[in-house]
Amino acid sequence: MAKKKTPAINSSSTADIAFLLLCYFLMTTTMGSQTGLSRLLPPMPDPNQKVEDQQVNRRNIIVVRVNAANNVLAGSEPIAVSQLKDKVKEFLTNPYNDPNLPEKTPTDIEGFGTYNVSKGVISLQNDRGTSYYQYIAVQNEIVKAIDELRDEFSYNNYGKPFIRLTEDQQSIVKKAVPQNISEAEPKDVSKK
Amino acid sequence: MSKFGGSRNNKEVPGISSGSLSDIVFMLLFFFMVTTQMRESENKVVIKLPEASQSVKLERKDLASYINIGTPTRQYQAQYGTDARIQLNDSFKTTDDIRDFIAAERESMSEGDRNFMTTVIRADEDVRMGIITDVKQELRRCSALRIMYQARKAAE
Repeated sequence: MAKKKTPAINSSSTADIAFLLLCYFLMTTTMGSQTGLSRLLPPMPDPNQKVEDQQVNRRNIIVVRVNAANNVLAGSEPIAVSQLKDKVKEFLTNPYNDPNLPEKTPTDIEGFGTYNVSKGVISLQNDRGTSYYQYIAVQNEIVKAIDELRDEFSYNNYGKPFIRLTEDQQSIVKKAVPQNISEAEPKDVSKK
Repeated sequence: MSKFGGSRNNKEVPGISSGSLSDIVFMLLFFFMVTTQMRESENKVVIKLPEASQSVKLERKDLASYINIGTPTRQYQAQYGTDARIQLNDSFKTTDDIRDFIAAERESMSEGDRNFMTTVIRADEDVRMGIITDVKQELRRCSALRIMYQARKAAE
């Protein structure tokens, strides 16, 4: 019996089909990952609860205000956004133990030992007329200051930048240099 | 005569095999399928994200819900004006609708993931903070506390 050859299936159109699929995905999807600044909002205060004055020592808080004209005020003096980072770093580290800058409390960090953790809190206040652009720029500078402090801490203790530490080490560094940014209740800054 | 003379007599150019073309295209297809993600909704507001050099990657994209804030695109300006508006899913909303939106987003997630829900605020850089403060207050009221200000990664 003669063997019948099965005719080959013409496969030249599979490329076209694949191209069509490719075009579909190119049109409907977006490229690139989303990046941004992560924040944790404070929980809403209970309306039944009395508003207690939070006992935060004056020296432990730095108020960064951004007004409607996008001017930045750190503490009580106007400051340029580019200088804000150094100001925040000085505030958080308090290198000369200045009594006007935040106090440090020796805290026992698991897996590391005791470290003088700064109690400084950065309070960020904005006006309703502040532009979002400026607000993000200020947030970015504050985050940059904290990131640099974390990097310094990592270099001094582990000899590596923060990003290359293991997860456990990163959580230790995060405890040693906490990111205490408070986005305060909305206030009308311009009236001050 | 020649060492390579085998094909001298054969004048016909061999056709290029196109059998592997589909494989190449499929590889491209897989590349795009892996690296991209589906577009969630059509943008009805113009958003030019602000720049921030310290921005970090969003950890879990599936747990994110998006609040778009910006001026409506040209085709909607006749109806909604040029003031900054909030867009949730596919329509213009007000701050009062955020509560329902967050509740719906929460409902669609599995129980264990609800605590990790992140609300991504995608706002145009020219937006005033007033509307964003309203949104933030509303999110606090719904206890959706994890937020992210979406920003472009900028060079130092």
